[in-house]
Amino acid sequence: MMTRLMPILPKRSGGSQRKAAASGRYSGWRLLLEGLTGQRGWSHAWRKAAPRPGYRVVIVGGGGHGLATAYYLAAEFGITDVAVLERGPIGLGNVGRNTTIVRSNYFQPDNVRFYDYSLKLWEGLEKTLNFNTMVSQRGTLNLFHTEAQRDLFVRRANMMRQLGVDAEALDRQSVRDLVPLVDLDNGRYPVLGGFLQRRGGTVRHDAVAWGYARAASNAGVDIVEHCEVTGIQRAGSRVTGVETTRGPIAADTVCLAVAGHSSRLAAMAGLRLPIETHVLQAFVTESIKPTLDVVMTYGAGHFYISQSDKGGLVYGGAIDGYNTYAQRGTLPMAEEVAAAAMTVMPGLARLKVLRQWGGVMDMSMDGSPIISKTPVDGLILNGGWCYGGFKAIPAGGMTTAHLIARETAHPLAAHLNLERFAAGRTVDERGVGPFPYAH
Amino acid sequence: MLRIPCPWCGERDEIEFRYRGDASVARPAQDAGIDAFTAFVYERENRCGWHREWWLHVGGCHQLLWIERHTLTHEIRAAGGPGDT
Repeated sequence: MMTRLMPILPKRSGGSQRKAAASGRYSGWRLLLEGLTGQRGWSHAWRKAAPRPGYRVVIVGGGGHGLATAYYLAAEFGITDVAVLERGPIGLGNVGRNTTIVRSNYFQPDNVRFYDYSLKLWEGLEKTLNFNTMVSQRGTLNLFHTEAQRDLFVRRANMMRQLGVDAEALDRQSVRDLVPLVDLDNGRYPVLGGFLQRRGGTVRHDAVAWGYARAASNAGVDIVEHCEVTGIQRAGSRVTGVETTRGPIAADTVCLAVAGHSSRLAAMAGLRLPIETHVLQAFVTESIKPTLDVVMTYGAGHFYISQSDKGGLVYGGAIDGYNTYAQRGTLPMAEEVAAAAMTVMPGLARLKVLRQWGGVMDMSMDGSPIISKTPVDGLILNGGWCYGGFKAIPAGGMTTAHLIARETAHPLAAHLNLERFAAGRTVDERGVGPFPYAH
Repeated sequence: MLRIPCPWCGERDEIEFRYRGDASVARPAQDAGIDAFTAFVYERENRCGWHREWWLHVGGCHQLLWIERHTLTHEIRAAGGPGDT
């Protein structure tokens, strides 16, 4: 049964002032009990901490990766002297702006292993966090439209299966059965078949932020909202802390988890990164009855779509294509994405688009993320997620926490180091070379 | 929608252009070494603010041009051809 727990409820006026302490364990039994007693027993899901003068680890950025890193530091590595500093409130950055898709259908073996580890952590996440993150393994389906494209997908599927990851090829009839609204015979790009990863799907993105924040806070991590980092303190080549809008905070280790703004934060430490910042838009239509029960991607244009549990069709496409920090998109890309939608699912023309928004991403120079030490001792970077950061949150958090606690790269993320660019070991998933705006 | 002032064609919609990236990047001397070439190929300032960038007017005069654009407001304050400063 899918129960949906509200993590934050407004305090009732008139009642006795309840201490905002640990939020207790969530369960169906507790939901029933609260339902019978006027929902008065809920407290804040996480403590609203004020910053202390110093911590062992300061994580800059309270998005998915920052919160997950903090949680795994406390839960897996026993380091609880940790603060997560977030410029605004938790959940308003990219962790709340993505299209909620999780999958591990990559081609580069190192990437397959990393993202499949993430998928495995997603599969157990609700138990781990005691939070209903609405993990829904409804499958991800990639359509293909040419024989060359089919060969590429088969090659990718073979690579995945060799590594023990599920992938299967579907013929036209199976695609028709799975997604009846798709126009298989459209004149320009007829659908020849599909490539399905059944373990892929969607996860409620806001709940991921809330769940990790709550679990980290319960484990002793300070989650400091409305605290913007304005400078990075160094003594020689070593980081010593951060300057913030709420005063200086000392730290033995500073971890940047601010994808979209990694270059700005790294510049505060005197570093230039192999990253450009670009905006990616997303869209959601009005709610309709269940029509699409997989995540589907179009192969002849950049377009992906799924249906949220509320009934809205959530879809997106490619980045707008030029450097920007503006969290909004422009109309040409909105039109291009809508055109792709019309081509593959003409029935969508009947729907109204309710909302459109943008998030700014770290587009790395090889299209792969960076989880790495930097030339500044004690400064760790988690960034460069391009537009694949959401699905990687559990693995990104776990491997970043490993890097901080053990001071060596986690085996599954060792290939994501910053030195790979100079060394010529780039992880070029798409095989297009160093053009961030082309990914 | 950006309106890009092409020095040859005047102000046109962004859909006529193809973005070609940071125009402040300069190729180092042939013997500058691996670090200089790594920086040239991969590292970018990626500023939140005024940004000089190349655009190719593929849907117009086919000329390469640069503009100075603010990466937060998208305001454009200067434009020129490859030889202009």
